[in-house]
Amino acid sequence: MLLRHTHKDIKERSALTINPAKTCQPVGAMYAALGIHGCLPHSHGSQGCCSYHRSALTRHYKEPVMAATSSFTEGASVFGGQANLLTAIDNIFSIYEPEIIAVHSTCLSETIGDDLNQIIQKARDEGKVPLGKHVFHANTPSYVGSHVTGFANMVKSMVTYFSESGGQKTDMINLISGWVEPSDMREIKRIAKLMKAKAIMFPDTSDVLDSPMTGKYEFYPKGGTTITDLIATGSSKRSIGIGYWATNDAAIALENKCKVRFDVVDIPIGLRATDRFIQQVSKSAEVVIPSEISEERGRLIDLIADMHQYLYGKRVALWGDPDQLIPLVEFLVDIDMKPVYIVSGTPGKYFEQRMSEILSKKVPEAKYKNGQGADMYLMHQWIKNESVDLLLGNTYGKYISRDEKTPYVRMGFPILDRVGHSYFPTVGYMGAIRILEKILGVIMDKQDLESPETRFELVM
Amino acid sequence: MSEIKIKRILPDPSELKAEILDGYPTKVSKKRSKSIVINDPEAGLEVQSNVRTVPGIITQRGCCYAGCKGVVLGPTRDIVNIVHGPIGCSFYAWLTRRNQTDPGPEGENYMAYAFSTDMQDSNIVFGGEKKLAQAIREAYEMFHPHAIAVFSTCPIGLIGDDVHAVSRDMKEELGINVFGFSCEGYKGVSQSAGHHIANNGIFKHVVGLDNTEREGKFKVNLLGEYNIGGDAFVIEKLFEEMGVTLVSTYSGNSSIHDFENSHMVDLNMVMCHRSINYIAEMMEKKYGVPWIKVNFIGAEATIKTLRKIAEYFDDKEMKKKVEIIIKREMAEVNTVAEDVKTRTNGKLAMMFVGGSRAHHYQELFTEIGMETVSAGYEFAHRDDYEGRHVIPSIKVDADSRNIEELEVEKDEKAFRNDLAEKKIKLLEQGFEFSDYKGMLPEMSKNSLVIDDISHYESEKLIKYYKPDIFCAGIKEKYVVQKMGIPLKQLHSYDYGGPYAGFTGAINFYKEIDRMVNATIWKLIKAPWLNEPELIGRFVDATY
Repeated sequence: MLLRHTHKDIKERSALTINPAKTCQPVGAMYAALGIHGCLPHSHGSQGCCSYHRSALTRHYKEPVMAATSSFTEGASVFGGQANLLTAIDNIFSIYEPEIIAVHSTCLSETIGDDLNQIIQKARDEGKVPLGKHVFHANTPSYVGSHVTGFANMVKSMVTYFSESGGQKTDMINLISGWVEPSDMREIKRIAKLMKAKAIMFPDTSDVLDSPMTGKYEFYPKGGTTITDLIATGSSKRSIGIGYWATNDAAIALENKCKVRFDVVDIPIGLRATDRFIQQVSKSAEVVIPSEISEERGRLIDLIADMHQYLYGKRVALWGDPDQLIPLVEFLVDIDMKPVYIVSGTPGKYFEQRMSEILSKKVPEAKYKNGQGADMYLMHQWIKNESVDLLLGNTYGKYISRDEKTPYVRMGFPILDRVGHSYFPTVGYMGAIRILEKILGVIMDKQDLESPETRFELVM
Repeated sequence: MSEIKIKRILPDPSELKAEILDGYPTKVSKKRSKSIVINDPEAGLEVQSNVRTVPGIITQRGCCYAGCKGVVLGPTRDIVNIVHGPIGCSFYAWLTRRNQTDPGPEGENYMAYAFSTDMQDSNIVFGGEKKLAQAIREAYEMFHPHAIAVFSTCPIGLIGDDVHAVSRDMKEELGINVFGFSCEGYKGVSQSAGHHIANNGIFKHVVGLDNTEREGKFKVNLLGEYNIGGDAFVIEKLFEEMGVTLVSTYSGNSSIHDFENSHMVDLNMVMCHRSINYIAEMMEKKYGVPWIKVNFIGAEATIKTLRKIAEYFDDKEMKKKVEIIIKREMAEVNTVAEDVKTRTNGKLAMMFVGGSRAHHYQELFTEIGMETVSAGYEFAHRDDYEGRHVIPSIKVDADSRNIEELEVEKDEKAFRNDLAEKKIKLLEQGFEFSDYKGMLPEMSKNSLVIDDISHYESEKLIKYYKPDIFCAGIKEKYVVQKMGIPLKQLHSYDYGGPYAGFTGAINFYKEIDRMVNATIWKLIKAPWLNEPELIGRFVDATY
């Protein structure tokens, strides 16, 4: 057994987290910043932070992830990191020539109280920021929230730094992307285009973290939201925030700054979250829903109806981020599966409210928890007490899957041991079909593997 | 592999060095020039290393915590390692280093678990000592481990949590070994500081706790072997066959019980000199156990190492067994190497990793006829480049000064006078102890040695040398491959391995053959990009 010390017997813990269902803010800020064209993320802290975050993102995307660090030493930790950041800004612009440097803080620089605003202003005053180039920042203390918070803070900073109200509103809408895969961002843009909605998406990591191999390395790949577009977000007629945790703050900031009204919807994962997203795009962009979209929806419905017998009543354990878990759990309930155990290390009371709305009637036995103490160890303990038929979450689930011999579909961050997430979306109706294909695949594989020879089926 | 290794003289890369430095701002250029060295194996050149990284330069280095928890303490299966700090540090070091371990069906193994105090803002403001104590208590109540270790992350040192005091208190309260490490990420200039801190901690709190005389005629420790991809398993087998009893490995497939007893050996063998030489030195001072540098990366290196061990123990039976092993294993090694060589001979490699791998792996490439044109470490010190003889002349700067040097005294009772005497005798016969000659003497003239290479420098290097393979880590992997050049990860082995010993050498030859000759590198360009653009239309043919 890989997790041989996991007991059935659940003891209340108040201080020890075991096998977390979250990580820290800066990695989210780094990921978000990569969704701006020509941007080099910069980690203001020890070298290890930058190294760990780059490694985590690289392992997940199997793509180059560039970022710089202030390389704090003990001296910088005592006297402040100003000198390090000024030097870094100077060096980055002369060696790597980005359009933008997106600085994020770390627990170290936050604890010593480095004022990033002031340091960046000083860099500008000292002429370290070349004309037409930008440095902006987000505060991302690792001891608050989670990686999702860091993503949200960086997206919000994009608004505070770049968005400008051009006076007259344009015909555009803003699609503020939550933490989803490059493939998902691409799919959301495809849907918007299909609906003839004119949209600016930010951040946008498609064509950044799924770039082609050509024999030539592009330090700044062709994707990412451009500065022009980021500025123009302030003139758009509406915003849609995709995922409450990741985008609500940015949407509010944009309304406050540029009077762009907004709606925040769930990430369009599964049937009804996609329905709501489509309706929201239709409403915000004032476009009709084309028949192609209805047809895609119809294909999804068709598949669910056809395969219902393999899904019905199956117990599922999930872990990950609230923005993904909420629509995903709703989808599982819609296909008559039973999401019984759900944990997320990311805090926020809204999680409990939404889970209760989705689960209380149809899966009253469900256990869910988020924030402090909601870790994968607890979820595994729940499973030890009463098993599940399916695990849905990031790569760390593979240890539980193997120990408990439970079918398992990888979704979320990070996925370190399989490919596909960068290329095949899980959002929209087509994405839902992919989720179903994966779920059905592992459930049916188990049946094929374990059924007695006499009951082995050719047609399923 | 009977041929003698002939060192080549490579073309002088001065032009490249100048071009690299030219692209830097003056101050950076001046600093980097001392870390970029055109090798002359005989000249005793100095490589500036273990100095601060230039902020913003895009380094591949990590932090002190990564060296302490991630590298040295992480691979030991039966210690509950609690990371005291915000969640990230524990999360990123969770199973990401491929240290394989074999606890047996019932043994303790906490390596698949990540333990953290998950510090929140209130803990940062009001201090986290109480939470840490409670976390240790909870870990004990749930798992009853033999030992618990605590690792400080950046904010801990700043807010002044005393992890050592908390550990002492908890040790008393729980009656098990609890010990802390002040390995805050900002200490030192790289992972290296963390290695040192880890060595100190294990030596202070673990080594020497168990004085049981274990069975075995020839007892050894293997230091600086982390069992990535199962390397230690291969080496363990070799030891077993030649009749050597391995008491402990620091740290791969390792157990704290073995560490406690690890002073009761006849010899220490150092693989990764950078990360573990401290404990070898301290053990010699206190217990009189001598150490030798060994290397199991490369078939020739393995042969040399096996013979050296047999030489040390001066046992006829062992010497005989070693020769039998060598003869048996080399038959296949030679067959594979000769075959692979037909496809790899003359190809160029470069490697930038670690504190020893960038040196050790050159041998494997040599064995299949490949030339290492450029190499460097990420976190080494001057002695890893130039040899241990330079240690007395290394200036201790402000960053290194804060890393404690333990005051170690001779343990009069446990000191092995017999081994000390044996060492003197062997030294007279020319046997080398406590020695590591470093990377430079073994690299070709005019090869380019670069410490703490930056991304910018790697790009320049690749353009200049057009290597057939680049060896580094995950952060560089896909960058280099986008350029159409395969990158072999030498930290994680790209999830392959083992590469140690004879079996490992064979695996590595085949792996490099696979990588440099993969068909896909020849298919990168779309066929239409090689043709003139055709604009036209089909016309209906009339027959």
